[in-house]
Amino acid sequence: MIYKTDLMATEIDTILRNYTPGKRDQLIPLLQEIQEKTGFLSEDSIVEVGRYVGLSTTKIYSLATFYDEFRFLPAGKIQISVCNGTSCYLNGSKAVIDKLKEETGLLPGQTDRDGILSYEVVTCMGGCNHGPVICINGEYYTKVKAEQLPDMIRKLRYIVDNG
Amino acid sequence: MEDLKKYLLENVLLHESDTLSDEVEQVLQKIRREKPDRPVIFLSYGTAGQIAGSDKTFQAMKTYFSENRYDAEIVKMGCSGPASFEPCLCIQLPGKNKLFFRNITEEKVEPLLNGVFHNDINKDDLTGQLGTKGFGLWPGVQFLDELPFFSYQKRVVLGKCGCYDPESIEEYIARGGYRTFVKTIRHYTYEEVCEIIVKSGLRGRSGGGYPTGLKWKQVLNSDSSTRYLICNAKESDPGAFTDRVIIENDPHRLIEGIAIAAYATGAAQAIIFFHRGSDHIMQRLEKAIDSARSYGLLGHNILSSAYDLEIIIRKEPGAFVCGEETALISALEGRRGMPQLKPPYPTTSGLFGKPTVINNVETLMNVPLIMQNGPEWFRSLGTGNSPGTKIFAVAGKGRMSGVIEVEMGTSIRSIVEDIADGVKEGKKLKAVQLGGASGSFITPENFDIVVDYEELSSRNIMMGSGGFIIIDETICMVDLVRYYMEFMHAESCGKCIPCREGTGRMLEILESIIRKPASEDSGTTLERFKGVMQLETIASVMKDTSMCGLGQTAPNPFISALQNFREEFEEHIFDRICRANICRGLRSFSIDVEKCTGCTACASKCPVNAIYGTRLQPFFIVEEKCTGCGICYDICKFSAIKVK
Repeated sequence: MIYKTDLMATEIDTILRNYTPGKRDQLIPLLQEIQEKTGFLSEDSIVEVGRYVGLSTTKIYSLATFYDEFRFLPAGKIQISVCNGTSCYLNGSKAVIDKLKEETGLLPGQTDRDGILSYEVVTCMGGCNHGPVICINGEYYTKVKAEQLPDMIRKLRYIVDNG
Repeated sequence: MEDLKKYLLENVLLHESDTLSDEVEQVLQKIRREKPDRPVIFLSYGTAGQIAGSDKTFQAMKTYFSENRYDAEIVKMGCSGPASFEPCLCIQLPGKNKLFFRNITEEKVEPLLNGVFHNDINKDDLTGQLGTKGFGLWPGVQFLDELPFFSYQKRVVLGKCGCYDPESIEEYIARGGYRTFVKTIRHYTYEEVCEIIVKSGLRGRSGGGYPTGLKWKQVLNSDSSTRYLICNAKESDPGAFTDRVIIENDPHRLIEGIAIAAYATGAAQAIIFFHRGSDHIMQRLEKAIDSARSYGLLGHNILSSAYDLEIIIRKEPGAFVCGEETALISALEGRRGMPQLKPPYPTTSGLFGKPTVINNVETLMNVPLIMQNGPEWFRSLGTGNSPGTKIFAVAGKGRMSGVIEVEMGTSIRSIVEDIADGVKEGKKLKAVQLGGASGSFITPENFDIVVDYEELSSRNIMMGSGGFIIIDETICMVDLVRYYMEFMHAESCGKCIPCREGTGRMLEILESIIRKPASEDSGTTLERFKGVMQLETIASVMKDTSMCGLGQTAPNPFISALQNFREEFEEHIFDRICRANICRGLRSFSIDVEKCTGCTACASKCPVNAIYGTRLQPFFIVEEKCTGCGICYDICKFSAIKVK
């Protein structure tokens, strides 16, 4: 575990070096890059960024929590995005989201304890004719029905468990 | 590649006269793949295509050609509009017209290609042929531009979408691209460009309809030497995806539009504020910017004109309110994306306190066309006050969906009945919702309204960002309004009280309408009715007192739904029925004793154990326990479950 944080610290250091210190307008791209490279915004990284940009940690935290993009826990190995745009909603995305809630016991944006599964709700993916659309690790599934989800998740879990 | 770049720069972009020599034309024709000497397959590879599975189709085609040793080229194209046809592809055999096919999934590839190469075309998947002069006709095949979906459209801004490989700058140049930009920076002054745009009457396409030329002039006439241009490509309205489709299919036209706009306002830096969650589109845009830079069309001292321009992309961090100009600027400055009071307007004090022009993607896409064809040409399209065209993302329950472009002045009826081809599965049309989450409903009686800024605003309808949702009788209006309010409540930034609290209260009251009543006495009905009476007050207070457009327009769906579908709200409150059977809390189920076989399927699936009975005897539902989820209804094989 110590090894992992160390690794993260050096990674954050290398990211920070690409940005000018003390410039506030760089803050969002900086946080975005950290999240992209390390998967989430850890406590350490927020402190580190605050020191670099010259802002208090609370200010950075207040900024990061305002936006939907930032997560403060690592995403699961299976990351599901459910489209809840108008067209998908009209075709029954609510049932899909409810089923996911029931099946995983998680709220959108949360990750389960073993770090395998997480899901989020997005507004429109642009596949309006094929709704409800869900996206699992970059692969799209169209016209998804709530009943299919338990099977899908079971299969994915099996794949993750067995490498 | 380097040779081609030099050739194109010297002979096309920097060529003084408008007509090119025959020799150059021939080179361009080859880049445009106009007269191929081997079969070419153009695969629609936009987001909608990828969601529908065009990736698998691509792989299947590749295997087919390597197995059968056919010499053919596969080109990944942009999407041409009809999302219902995805994955669609177009086949051009040498000397013949292009043939378009729809819904070609993986397994259909082999029979389709076999058929085409042996002159035995499967008519089921055929959309039509594109008639081109000098090419062989396919007998008995309909022409593409005769299809209602295309014939009622006026594709000007979308003209190049789906016609060329969006990742190839060479092809864009071969189709006339960037020549307008070069001509502009060489022959026009800043003022002249602004004047042309003012004359054309182009209005901002993001909803408000402010004249673009005037906005540019204000920035141009400011004293500050640093100015910014921001392209607002952040669309997170549920159900609107026009900007992303445009950028995905024609990124170079957007770059050209940004470059001309930045030149006209004297901005040396342009920022594209891009939608989150479409990383593949962003990569395509980045690639397009890089290739434009390598051609010397961006950067320092562009084509020796002493004009500098840098375009950078900033990914929006995910907040709906950042579509508002001042909130967008806050986000770019690294603060919470909250709107500021106007004035000062961004044109006087915008990004970092400097004059800033903020234009929508669609607005900027029109700019190269106006500069190329002149303001009179643009004026000849559309209506007097609103010249040009408008792009809509048609979605919902229509038979056809996708991104369409119509001339201003086209009636809503024409879009619904001709382009979208009516409603799916013969259902009854209920309304059309225009303008995304804060838009209004238009009922069939008012379908003669035309798309025009003045006409729409005189009826309190927002043009909006281009969402066009077709609603049929299977949809409950109360539930839909609740959905929009839920979205608005989640996206309200929380700065001003009317919006933050108003959306919350409205959502609560709407939820109480569709929830199962706690007790059956008449007092609760009265309470709920009082709630609805208050809804109207809350809506009007929010409209008057909210700071930015989000709060002011958030009650719109509710107000227009109440105007047009009052009886549905009343049914929900007094009779506790939902005519579309959507609202779970109001549904109650019972089992038909005649039909029930006692198979226990429903009882074992019921999440709240509300179904009791003995095996092989009719079961019954305990109404107090039932939550109305409808699982039993879906699962029963004997249709013994009845909805009340």
